[in-house]
Amino acid sequence: MASDQVTTAAPRNGAFLWPDAPAPEQYEVCVHCGFCLEVCPTYQEWRDENHSPRGRVFLIQAAAEGRLSLDAAVVDPVFTCLDCRACESVCPSGVPVGHLIEAARGQVYHADPPRGWRGALARLFLRGLFPHPRRLGVVRALLRLWQRFGLQCLAQRLGLLRLLPPHLRALAVALPEVTARPARLSLPERLPAAGPRKGRVALFTGCVMDVLFTPVHEATVRVAQRHGLEVVVPRDQVCCGALQVHAGDRPQAQALARRNITVFAESGVDYIAVNAAGCGAMLKEYPELFRGDPAWHARAQAFAQRVRDIAELLAEVGTEPPRGRVPQRATYHDACHLCHAQGVRVQPRQLLRSVPGLELVEMPDAERCCGSAGVYNLTHPEMAQTLLTRKLDDLPPGVEMVITGNPGCILQLRAGLAQRGQRIAVRHTVEVLDAAYQQEEEQA
Amino acid sequence: MSGTAQVLDARLLQALLQTLGPRRVLHQPAHLHAYACDGYVAQQGLPRAVVFPETTEEVAAVVSLLNQYDVPFLPRGAGTGLSGGATPLHGEVVISLARMNKLLAVDLENLRAVVQPGLVNLWLTKRVAHAGCYYAPDPSSQSVCTLGGNLAENAGGSHCLKYGVTTNHVLAAKVVLPNGEVVDLGATYGDAVGYDLLGLLVGSEGTLGIATEITVRLLKKPEAVQTALALFDRVADASDTVSAILRAGIVPAAIEMMDQLAMQAVDKSHYHVGYPPDAEAVLLIEVDGLAGGVEEQMRRVVELCRQHAARSVQVAQCEEERALWWSSRKMAFGATGRISPDYIVQDGVIPRTRLTEVLQYIADLSRNSGLRIANVFHAGDGNLHPLICYDARIPGQAELAAAVGSQILRACVDAGGSITGEHGVGVEKRAEMTYQFCDADLAAQEAVRLVFNPRNLCNPGKLFPTPGRCSEVRQSAWLAAQFAAVSAGFPEQTRILAPDRQGRQDGVY
Repeated sequence: MASDQVTTAAPRNGAFLWPDAPAPEQYEVCVHCGFCLEVCPTYQEWRDENHSPRGRVFLIQAAAEGRLSLDAAVVDPVFTCLDCRACESVCPSGVPVGHLIEAARGQVYHADPPRGWRGALARLFLRGLFPHPRRLGVVRALLRLWQRFGLQCLAQRLGLLRLLPPHLRALAVALPEVTARPARLSLPERLPAAGPRKGRVALFTGCVMDVLFTPVHEATVRVAQRHGLEVVVPRDQVCCGALQVHAGDRPQAQALARRNITVFAESGVDYIAVNAAGCGAMLKEYPELFRGDPAWHARAQAFAQRVRDIAELLAEVGTEPPRGRVPQRATYHDACHLCHAQGVRVQPRQLLRSVPGLELVEMPDAERCCGSAGVYNLTHPEMAQTLLTRKLDDLPPGVEMVITGNPGCILQLRAGLAQRGQRIAVRHTVEVLDAAYQQEEEQA
Repeated sequence: MSGTAQVLDARLLQALLQTLGPRRVLHQPAHLHAYACDGYVAQQGLPRAVVFPETTEEVAAVVSLLNQYDVPFLPRGAGTGLSGGATPLHGEVVISLARMNKLLAVDLENLRAVVQPGLVNLWLTKRVAHAGCYYAPDPSSQSVCTLGGNLAENAGGSHCLKYGVTTNHVLAAKVVLPNGEVVDLGATYGDAVGYDLLGLLVGSEGTLGIATEITVRLLKKPEAVQTALALFDRVADASDTVSAILRAGIVPAAIEMMDQLAMQAVDKSHYHVGYPPDAEAVLLIEVDGLAGGVEEQMRRVVELCRQHAARSVQVAQCEEERALWWSSRKMAFGATGRISPDYIVQDGVIPRTRLTEVLQYIADLSRNSGLRIANVFHAGDGNLHPLICYDARIPGQAELAAAVGSQILRACVDAGGSITGEHGVGVEKRAEMTYQFCDADLAAQEAVRLVFNPRNLCNPGKLFPTPGRCSEVRQSAWLAAQFAAVSAGFPEQTRILAPDRQGRQDGVY
């Protein structure tokens, strides 16, 4: 790529009329070799060039150059994409397919904002809920009420959940038990490192992650502290904006990014630790949101350089192998935004292999998307279900646990396993590690 | 073959929909653009429709229908071809075989497999790997290209130096002829009795029929494999090494070469090896066979490299290292996107002994034309792949690149070689056919095509030079009209899509 900073004026004769359009220097890199076809989950299923990475880039370029208008020919393929980025891992010429798709969705968002009940729902979640920690708190309280006072059981018994479409029903059942307060508020603002300090790290808590997976944040903090990291939890941080970018709502994502960049710059830390692959990828790619804004672009770059996935961070500062045992047969599922978007594959496996008793078996195509893909499992339930089925079929026989690094995948896999009645646990990498350290402490 | 009736007849559409169902027929113009070309992008055209049959019977039914309506058609696999064999230049109906991707039968004892044409080359190997078997022809695109496409192009690959090309591994095929009849060609065991019609079909670039079931030979994985990476300060030394190895009676499984520019390109990709920037050439040499013999052969290969002034020779110490070296070679075409916005990959063959001289000629052409040319090739069998880098946005560069490519091919013929080793003629090298063959040669080949494909409905306009320039001009005028038609509706649509003054937006889709 020529340069990270370019002007983003829409090309004159193209179908992309709004700022922040797919960048010519990104799509022109594609040489149409087709090496991406066979790793693309939608191409694998439909075998239609329109729904392949190469096809999508070709159509985006045709629209940008004015040979196609921004109609169904372009819009459908751009939205059937899971944005899993598997194509980027194999692409020899380095086409940033994910950025192109996201920018194209941004154009569609301007051209034809989502309407009707779907649009209302999208706006409710992406603009009305996720960006606002307080409102998320209300949702948390309601969820807790639902779970704690037996309402969920009651609803299940009365068959009320059957009113939901099957994929939502499965997800509703798979929701983990919600704790009283989010990690962002329940954890102290500053937690000291155990032993000599190797660095200061700010914990990124996220939106969904901190409603549904507060215990993963707690585990993350414990493991980080243990390895000489002082942890701070900035109170004013907000949602990363990934779901908004995936939906094409770039203005909202940019607003969230500005807020986070400011908040974390004030915290003066060495690292920003993330335990959700989707958020981690988004934070590392903040510069992409400010291609046309040199000042913010520079700030975003400084921010992005400090972002680490928790597995990546632990590998970087070094860990001591736990002495506690987790005697289980497990397999590791690569979250797309961890392996393809961030290139983190080895570190989680190394950490897990250091856990005594844990027998880690590889599954075939561990890097293939499970179908969760942000909100794809809500917007495209049919394809999401197909991919989930394939993923579960690939689990090696006899595993008792699936380990992964992203909340969306955890929910999706739990929903699928519950549907099948399979008693296999789904855990975050750092939870397994933490369990081993906890065990060690109990022994001592 | 007519260039005007590019709109799909409504009755034909109904019949296609009835045969395949609505989900396996693409016919709305919006859904056809992605099929405008294959891996060769310099020429493009829109198909009338794209259909996705799943069985031999469905292919036969579709072909019969198209005959009935006198509509041209062409088969397409993964669309990774590099000569435009699957590009619809006359509004052909594209018969995509991508959904016919089953492994139908495997006989491990007799080392045979029967596959559908859309099965991906590497998948076949993956599916039989548990028994220590593999399918030998390995084009660089083997992770995506289909066996049907391999058959149509008689694909080669890095290892065909020792193991031969696709035609040596395809034993029999069920074929839908251009008139819709289904025939069985070849023989699973032994020599086919009568004319070698399968031999004609392999490499016919989709002009003689559509293979719908292919019986291939499987091989047992060699007991041992060793791979060496040798760096050279001068291209000439690398070329001499190749000749010396083969002269010594060693038949390596593969000898691949990349020059400086190609090394730079791959090193910029995910497949980074870390080649020294000042080395002029790298050789990747693989020997395989029985464990004892392999060791001895590799020892001699290393010795020969050293004797020919290799700067360094390394033997892969583990499978990961070997895999990286191979990926670096196989991804080289695509990685050219890292150093140039556009490229043409050529595919000439020369006698191995003239390697240095032809490479020098290519270097001179590069200097004179001002276009950078990277070289990646199967050095062992003299199959060159010059990658001519250009920028299509600069007026005249695409034409210049095509002219340079043509000159290289002519040089290959002059050196006693040929205009294609494995990529096929397609639309790309039609003009050069007349340089390689005289009129009588070409007439003999066309006569064969007319036997199988008398109405020229099956992949028309490929492989043979179009007689006379007028038809070429007509065709390009037709193409231009086609693109004009596509963009004609466009200005209004942009107006509709743009927010109006009140900020109200009317979507149109």
